[in-house]
Amino acid sequence: MTLLSTAGLTRKFAGLVAVDGVDMAVEVGSVHAVIGPNGAGKTTLFNLISGLVEPTSGSIDFNGNDISRLPVHARAGLGMARSFQNIRIFSAMTVLENVLTGLHSTITAGVGAIVLRLPGFHRAEKTAVERARMALELVGLSSKSELLAGALPYGDQRRLEIARAMAAHPRLLLLDEPAAGMNPAETSSLAALVRRIRDAGTTVLLVEHDMGFVMDISDAVTVLNFGRRIFHGPPGAIRQEPAVIEAYLGKKMAARLAARKDGQKAIAP
Amino acid sequence: MTYPPWLDDFLWTYQNVIHALGINGLLALSMYVVLAVGQLSLGQAAFMGLGAYSSALMTLKLHLPFFVVLPASCVVPALFALAIGVPTLRLSGVYLAIATIGLGEVLRAIYLNLDVLGGALGLSGIPQRTETWMIYLLLIVAIAVLWRVGHSRIGRAMEAMREDPNAAQVMGVNVQRYRLGALVASAVLAGVAGALGAHASNFIGPNEYGFEPAVTILSYALLGGIGTPFAPVLGAWILTLLPEVLRGFSDFRGVFNGLIIVLAVLFLPNGLLALRMKRRAA
Ligand SMILES: Nc1ncnc2c1ncn2[C@@H]1O[C@H](COP(=O)(O)OP(=O)(O)OP(=O)(O)O)[C@@H](O)[C@H]1O
Ligand SMILES: [Mg+2]
Repeated sequence: MTLLSTAGLTRKFAGLVAVDGVDMAVEVGSVHAVIGPNGAGKTTLFNLISGLVEPTSGSIDFNGNDISRLPVHARAGLGMARSFQNIRIFSAMTVLENVLTGLHSTITAGVGAIVLRLPGFHRAEKTAVERARMALELVGLSSKSELLAGALPYGDQRRLEIARAMAAHPRLLLLDEPAAGMNPAETSSLAALVRRIRDAGTTVLLVEHDMGFVMDISDAVTVLNFGRRIFHGPPGAIRQEPAVIEAYLGKKMAARLAARKDGQKAIAP
Repeated sequence: MTYPPWLDDFLWTYQNVIHALGINGLLALSMYVVLAVGQLSLGQAAFMGLGAYSSALMTLKLHLPFFVVLPASCVVPALFALAIGVPTLRLSGVYLAIATIGLGEVLRAIYLNLDVLGGALGLSGIPQRTETWMIYLLLIVAIAVLWRVGHSRIGRAMEAMREDPNAAQVMGVNVQRYRLGALVASAVLAGVAGALGAHASNFIGPNEYGFEPAVTILSYALLGGIGTPFAPVLGAWILTLLPEVLRGFSDFRGVFNGLIIVLAVLFLPNGLLALRMKRRAA
């Protein structure tokens, strides 16, 4: 079953086509990676999906709804959450408050209930705090809930961003380069976290440059180059795809590799 | 009962300052509400003027009782806030600032040229209906409401959108709606402050609600800060009392407020009361 799909999704910036007619389908319950060289349009694709950037043409379907023109906040309400390539936590708020902000659309108390401190307000806040603590536990930040988010070390800020996005149990989690700047130990604990998130029922769509990480955790991979989709399939099939090798290594190198492979084949039998 | 002239004089002055402290406190809160969602309005004085003129007309021409006039005084400012907010708030923050400056100037021209509004002479003979307790009751209620709203998901959303509106939207915050709500709430507060002021002072004129008072109201919040609703009120009180203490300098009020803004921006980015509010009740 498909959770998210794009059809002919295109975004132009002043002459530059950042995302160019991309068709993509993300299966429910999968970890789906989007890879590609710098400037390939990966972040723009995420911005289109989350609504921060409007498509020039094409459409996005999420869980059976056409969300192409839906405002950003409404997409969150449908069960979409994301992290950012350059960390964007609310640095002046505490760790717990950041995660509570991620629960915004799930807290139903209205202005009246808030001002009059009706029982509904207290109940909603209490539930939210419990859910926020669970999200912090998921990423291992429980002991730091009262610290100011801006004071956390880099790796913790990345994990806080994931907790904030996960708090409302989204259907789809978009992670833009979650392993950037992490050491190998942190990267492998991130991989474990992504698996736990998937196992808990959230579909994960992620952009990542760390190929080991991508090969390790993804069920499907989409490769972009100059805004175009040049590959779509299981991670194991990427190495055999000449277009991908070409995009990453350049035409010459790809041709040489291909020649050597042919040569090996010629000798082998 | 008659007071000796010096005591009479003293009480009269004293009462004016007490009124001004409360009313300027409300104006500071009206500024706070807008700044708290990361927007800048220079229309607080204009909203106050709309409250003052509309309430004075209701009293003078329609002879409505004050308990009707006071709540109704927020209607016209709120409508203007909607009219200005809807087109400008989807654009970047500067547009609201510019549009609200424009509003102040346009309204001043209207007050000056409409006979029913008294022209350059303004409206006089407004009966004194404002009681000190009304001002302070409203100030306390406003602080309490803003405090409670601040300690809720709305307060968290406000702080989030102040820091990063796009990230806040991704969290599900309808940034547009909160900005508009904040602008309308601020117009309501300023409008009520204007009505209280008009019915405390007997006279209102077009120049009381121009650009200079707008900057003064902004300086309340810049000096006090916007960490909690108490901060801008403290700023208003300091800036209201200082000219009274430094009587000889009252001619330099504008210079003084300008200086406060520059110094506050340079040395007190979070204001005098830099404490921040906890964003939850539990
Ligand atoms: N707001 C914008 N205005 C103009 N050009 C943009 C904008 N956003 C992205 N671009 C351009 O679109 C292209 C794709 O950028 P994008 O950030 O999507 O790439 P990316 O694949 O995420 O790259 P990286 O791996 O470096 O993060 C780039 O050439 C970039 O300069
Ligand atoms: Mg990117």
